[in-house]
Amino acid sequence: MAFVRFRVGFWAVCFILALSKIAAADNLSPELGVLLEEGLRSKGPVKVEQFLQLDPIQKFCSDSGVNIHSEEAGALMSEALEQIQYPDDDDYVGDWREGERIAQSGKGLRFNDSDDTINGGNCYACHQIRKEELAYGTLGPSLYQYGKLRGYSMQVLRYTWAKIFNPQAFLICSNMPRYGHKGILTMGQMRDIMGLLLDPKSPVNE
Amino acid sequence: MFNFVRLVLVISALGLTHTYADDETTSGIQEYRDLLADINPAELWILSGEDLWFSAAGPNEASLEECDLGKGRGVTKGAYVELPRYFPDVGKVMDLEQRLIHCRMVIQGFSRDEVTSYPFTKRGEETSAIEFLVTFIASESKGMRMNIPLEHVAEQNMFDLGKQLFYLRAGSHDFGCITCHSGDNKRIRLQELPNFRNAEQARKTYGSWPAYRVSAGEVRTMQHRLYDCFRQQRFPEAIYGDDLITALIMFLAKSADGGVYDAPAMKR
Ligand code: HEC
Ligand code: HEC
Repeated sequence: MAFVRFRVGFWAVCFILALSKIAAADNLSPELGVLLEEGLRSKGPVKVEQFLQLDPIQKFCSDSGVNIHSEEAGALMSEALEQIQYPDDDDYVGDWREGERIAQSGKGLRFNDSDDTINGGNCYACHQIRKEELAYGTLGPSLYQYGKLRGYSMQVLRYTWAKIFNPQAFLICSNMPRYGHKGILTMGQMRDIMGLLLDPKSPVNE
Repeated sequence: MFNFVRLVLVISALGLTHTYADDETTSGIQEYRDLLADINPAELWILSGEDLWFSAAGPNEASLEECDLGKGRGVTKGAYVELPRYFPDVGKVMDLEQRLIHCRMVIQGFSRDEVTSYPFTKRGEETSAIEFLVTFIASESKGMRMNIPLEHVAEQNMFDLGKQLFYLRAGSHDFGCITCHSGDNKRIRLQELPNFRNAEQARKTYGSWPAYRVSAGEVRTMQHRLYDCFRQQRFPEAIYGDDLITALIMFLAKSADGGVYDAPAMKR
């Protein structure tokens, strides 16, 4: 009898565990959630539990038939815009030399990185920026002469900051990471990248 | 013997280019391809894999000739272009590597850990038996057409999951396969990105793995390619031999349906 009770208890615990596992991935289709939960392993700075919590934008953009002109898209974009944090004292433009280093570095937040790796921006993976750097990707538009072409007005500064902070605020399901919103870069690092793009003395604007 | 000497020459030559810049490596590879149209270092992997397939091994002292890759016991010809597929004996869809895990456990008597703990050769260490076996079996389908009919409901289900995975955008960078592999003529830095929504590119790409990677000096499998794309897209580590990767491979294999399979290839 005691054994039977143990068995029942055992299965009840299994059942509750199974439920909670699925609940952990409740943003995904349950089958896909289970597949990811079982097939992935936390390593370095990448944690499975955190990974499985899709936020509303990730959920929306993971649909293969996504309609980026829908009402929902509009709502997600305005929410993203409202959440953008701007630097104090309108201090937007940091050190372009440091910005160049950040734009070059693809380090951070991969499972082979460590928790204390300093994250890079990896902007060159997708953008042309300085003329001298020929190993640039083409997923995004060229940012060469970014400031020279657009000017250095407060409007340009605010837009560019916001775009780097959360590109989804301007184009839903953009392929560009949300550097500020997701905490990939610090405010200070973002300021330095702004310097690379928007300091008139930066070689980008020669 | 003559072939073998040539092979050693090619390999040492490739080892040299390895230290050059990307561009030079790429043109270097083309040069070797033209020069030695019929020879690829992966030949060594094919030979060793064939050896492993036919040799008795494991606690049961059995060879893999009893292993059914979907076309009957011991049949290797044409198996790869029909994988992943549903296997009635286990009641699930398996890709080649899962099936090999299964056969080496059931037929040869190895433990799961023994056949999954070292899938990808580490620099300077011995070559993984898995990479030898996969290269041999894949090469047995060279010149045949990819044939993934998705007849069984479990196969359709696996494909659907793979498709969902392809479009999934998650993690710190919101990346999905779709971020890097859905447009034509795109690059990350200087590396060209195939567009899997384009059937011709999907066929050409899928049909070229496993491949001898000049940069690694090793043959790498599709499993390894996906393992590394997970890393680049800031996903957690994929567990070797799990259904997650099988689902993705099912999606990619189906996207390549009808294409002529032409591996092992040689790549950067
Ligand atoms: C994975 C690809 C990717 C990475 C990495 C990336 N971007 Fe982008 N970026 C894009 C794409 C695609 C666009 C165009 C679509 C859009 O507006 O979202 C874009 C657009 C932009 C724009 C707007 C250009 C304009 O004319 O309005 C700016 C500014 C920008 N990126 C800056 C950066 C900076 C700075 C970094 C690094 C910190 C970076 N990007 C990293 C893909 C990327
Ligand atoms: C952040 C960018 C990025 C993401 C996201 C990404 N990949 Fe890749 N992928 C690459 C790069 C870069 C290469 C080329 C690598 C090279 O040439 O060494 C590549 C190569 C490949 C190849 C081999 C291409 C060839 O020409 O043979 C396959 C297959 C592939 N990726 C599949 C996937 C799948 C499936 C996913 C999603 C699970 C994915 N990738 C996600 C960047 C990415």
